[in-house]
Amino acid sequence: MTFSEFVFWFFSAILLFAALRVITARNPVHAALWLVLAFCTSAAIWMLLQAEFLAIVLVLVYVGAVMVLFLFVVMMLDINMAQLRVGFWSYLPLGAFVALLLVAEMVIVLAGRYAGFYDALSPPPLAAGYSNTKELGRLVYTEYVYPFEIAAVILLVAIVAAIALTLRRRKQSKYIDPARQINVRREDRVRIVSMPSERKEQGHPE
Amino acid sequence: MNTLLQPFVSLGNWLWGVLAAVIVWIVGHEDAPAVLYAIKVLLLILCIVVPLLLSVAYLTLWERKLIGWIQVRIGPNRVGPLGLLQPIADGLKLLVKEIIVPTGANKFLFVLAPVMAIMPAMAAWAVVPFGPELVLADIDAGLLYIMAITSMSVYGVIIAGWASNSKYAFIGALRSAAQMVSYELAMGFALVCVLMAAQSLNLGDVVRMQSGGWGFLNWFWIPLFPILLVYLISGVAETNRSPFDVAEGESEIVAGFHVEYSGMAFAVFFLAEYANMILISTLTSVMFLGGWLSPVPAVLADAVGLPWLAAPNFGWLVVKLFVVVSSFLWFRATFPRYRYDQIMRLGWKVFLPLTIGWIVVLGAWMQTPLWVWWK
Repeated sequence: MTFSEFVFWFFSAILLFAALRVITARNPVHAALWLVLAFCTSAAIWMLLQAEFLAIVLVLVYVGAVMVLFLFVVMMLDINMAQLRVGFWSYLPLGAFVALLLVAEMVIVLAGRYAGFYDALSPPPLAAGYSNTKELGRLVYTEYVYPFEIAAVILLVAIVAAIALTLRRRKQSKYIDPARQINVRREDRVRIVSMPSERKEQGHPE
Repeated sequence: MNTLLQPFVSLGNWLWGVLAAVIVWIVGHEDAPAVLYAIKVLLLILCIVVPLLLSVAYLTLWERKLIGWIQVRIGPNRVGPLGLLQPIADGLKLLVKEIIVPTGANKFLFVLAPVMAIMPAMAAWAVVPFGPELVLADIDAGLLYIMAITSMSVYGVIIAGWASNSKYAFIGALRSAAQMVSYELAMGFALVCVLMAAQSLNLGDVVRMQSGGWGFLNWFWIPLFPILLVYLISGVAETNRSPFDVAEGESEIVAGFHVEYSGMAFAVFFLAEYANMILISTLTSVMFLGGWLSPVPAVLADAVGLPWLAAPNFGWLVVKLFVVVSSFLWFRATFPRYRYDQIMRLGWKVFLPLTIGWIVVLGAWMQTPLWVWWK
């Protein structure tokens, strides 16, 4: 067993265990943290395949941003796990069927290509000056520029839709306008009233 | 200078030879190069981490001294001459204190959180170039690696806040999560500007692109000046430093995410914060202020007869880093804490459009002959 094979099996074992814990963990926050571990280990495996750009972007986007927001939401929700588990046995047949279908599809797609499994594990070493990132950038902005732009526009539409669906303006909501805040003058806030000074009474009434 | 270091270099070479012989004797000729390489990398990592932790310790002292002077106080001066042993005393005190785990806290995550906080602050140093050839991992995707690693630093805060089973800690964690994700975007776009100007993701190449006969006029702080400001301010926000330290917010939520931590577990959070400050300062120096390059133009250095002034040197990086890190402390002594909605407004409505706009400006600028920073 070479060193890279050892690294592969090491990270695969962690990845499988973490992925399993994502669906078996009782606490949703724990499940999300296991998912973070799964992302990190799969990034390591991608790094082994010399796909350093994809590996780093996986960590940057999924671990650094998406999962943070996931945790943010999951931590604030008060999820009743017992209630979620009520329909487990009645949904199991359908779920198992979908899972089997997914496995079959993956086998069909991958079986032909990765018949030589160990060849895929150790791809031929790339030339010294080869930059994964540069190559990907070149392809995305030349050959695949239209699909890339279309994907970007679809994402933009999704952002606009998400904001339009969730943004609700309440009539009585109070908000701060910083421009007005800093433009405020003393005369708007304070009224100085000039009053004649009063003299102290000479005799005490009591 | 070289003659001074010569005995040490010879001694180091001799020790390394002895070590190599021992390793060859233990594992044989076949595996010896791999094992020796692993040992060499580990030694180099130690060479980075030990000085880093020492400078973190003394940064705490420098912070107290500097803020003391700003506020017309003396600062710590009791432990050792000029208070120089203060960080050692603080470290010892924290080391022997008990780590209290709150009732109902998740013990594993509670202990994991400080580790998650300090890990990115240490790991990011792998790609930071200290000199022309002085870098642990000279990888092409250095800038990307930095972004990915620093984006993980938020987990320490979130896990700490959640695992503490305390509402103050939890509010601190939520604030920090939202704040860090917001400022990471501006930071990422700022790095895109650096990448465009340097034409490389390798941090060493970023510095090399800024070299030239004009000294500080060759650096990227001139064409990327708004980006320098955005990066520095986002850096203050990312490290949860004042005036963006609402995650700690002593005046409202006691101490935020680390309110339940004591002893060494708290100290590790503290170390992580200061290590992150030094990291952000170093990155600012490397990306905008020419890293190890000299600020003195070659013509000027020759004119005064001191050509070594214009030579690249690790010392220049230390000077720049020191100035930037001191500005972090200056901010803390000067500005009151931002309100939370103001922080969000600054991140999303000011910095993000500014950086995206500057990417467009930079792209157009680089197509014209007015761009004089080509190599």
